[in-house]
Amino acid sequence: MALLSKKDANLILDPLADNNPITIQVLGICSALAITAELKASVVMAISVLFVLGIGNVVISLMRNIIPSKIRIIVQLIVVATLVIIVDQVLKAFAYELSKTLSVFVGLIITNCIIMGRFEAFALANGPWKSFLDGIGNSLGYGVILIIVGFFRELLGSGTLFGYPVLGNPITKTGLYATGYENNGFMIIPPAALIVVGIIIWIQRSRNKALIEDN
Amino acid sequence: MLEHIELFFRSIFIDNMVFAVFLGMCSYLAVSKKVATAVGLGAAVIFVLAVTVPLNWLLDQYLLRDGALAWLGPEYADYNLSFLSFILFIATIATMVQLVEIVVEKFSPSLYNSLGIFLPLIAVNCAILGGSLFMQSREIASLGLAFNYGVSSGIGWFLAILAIAAIREKIRYSNVPAPLRGLGITFIITGLMGIGFQSFGGMLTGGGEEAAPVKEKTTAEKLEKVDKKENNKEIDEKEISYNDAINK
Repeated sequence: MALLSKKDANLILDPLADNNPITIQVLGICSALAITAELKASVVMAISVLFVLGIGNVVISLMRNIIPSKIRIIVQLIVVATLVIIVDQVLKAFAYELSKTLSVFVGLIITNCIIMGRFEAFALANGPWKSFLDGIGNSLGYGVILIIVGFFRELLGSGTLFGYPVLGNPITKTGLYATGYENNGFMIIPPAALIVVGIIIWIQRSRNKALIEDN
Repeated sequence: MLEHIELFFRSIFIDNMVFAVFLGMCSYLAVSKKVATAVGLGAAVIFVLAVTVPLNWLLDQYLLRDGALAWLGPEYADYNLSFLSFILFIATIATMVQLVEIVVEKFSPSLYNSLGIFLPLIAVNCAILGGSLFMQSREIASLGLAFNYGVSSGIGWFLAILAIAAIREKIRYSNVPAPLRGLGITFIITGLMGIGFQSFGGMLTGGGEEAAPVKEKTTAEKLEKVDKKENNKEIDEKEISYNDAINK
């Protein structure tokens, strides 16, 4: 970490675990869960948020002294909406099938609370370089959870990763299926995502007792 | 009339904003500690959805969709401005929320005080933008249906937050494992409620084999279907090659 001072490095490292946007700050759950049935969609979603939050944080931070506080929400929304339109158009141009899978959830990055939350809590009070690191850190923290959830849901739900069968073939009974293993269809349905995140929170808080809430 | 009723029940129960597509989860989790505040926010969400979805329907119909500008003259019929829909929808929503705030403050200061910061929060509630985006992607046919869709998905969200708030008020007296307290158990309960709500899926088909003509499914269901289809295709291909191999 010679590149970054210790303080700057913490901006990136903190949100990965002890200040994770999803499990601790309770931000950005809205659009995150529905697309985690497949690992590929999760990764693309994480990258999109990385792009939007990284650039958006810098833009807001640069403008922070000239935005009247009364209309700051509208200004923030316009900045995010512009960035999201770019992401959406790029996805439509280069990964059309995937953009169909993500459907309205790309658009919902606009109202993803992570983005507004970081704008309000960080970018409006800090300089562009710090805001950039904060944006990267938080979207990585978001991406980590997304990828963990996507990994387990796809692996246990359909026995594949990124669409490649890794556990063998469920029909011809090769690999793990030869031992009597079956795909768990429960992992594919939407509510499973919530339960997986609940378990992640459980594990995280049993490891770090300081995070436990008193109801 | 029938399609109105169908859309109404479909948006409340089957395509419930919270349990089927996870929209508005942030405020759902953050504001559901007490029933009273949950009711206030839920009512505000119903109202804002009921206003913004029809407004955005008009925008979509006469400004954004492919060929929507035809009313300006034949030379404009080729324009497709749908890439602008995010920015216009969010502008409508932000304006409406601001307007609602001003009106409520003027005419009912007591309600305004009890809602407090939740009113501006609605602008960034994904359920609101999600309502408009789903209205667009499901191609809802008329202004009346759009209004119906807004109101009924608002009611669905209201029901969800009311239920979780009531459960959370009770769960305070239960012996939940310490690391799971608060957020963790709320997530898991929401998941269980989601599984419960999935059983409403049979409501419009009567649960029988003879399915009523289903117009649109939730993205999640669509996703699942595509997944299954692709899996089946792969499986079919594999089976065929497997059978071929055996035959040879």
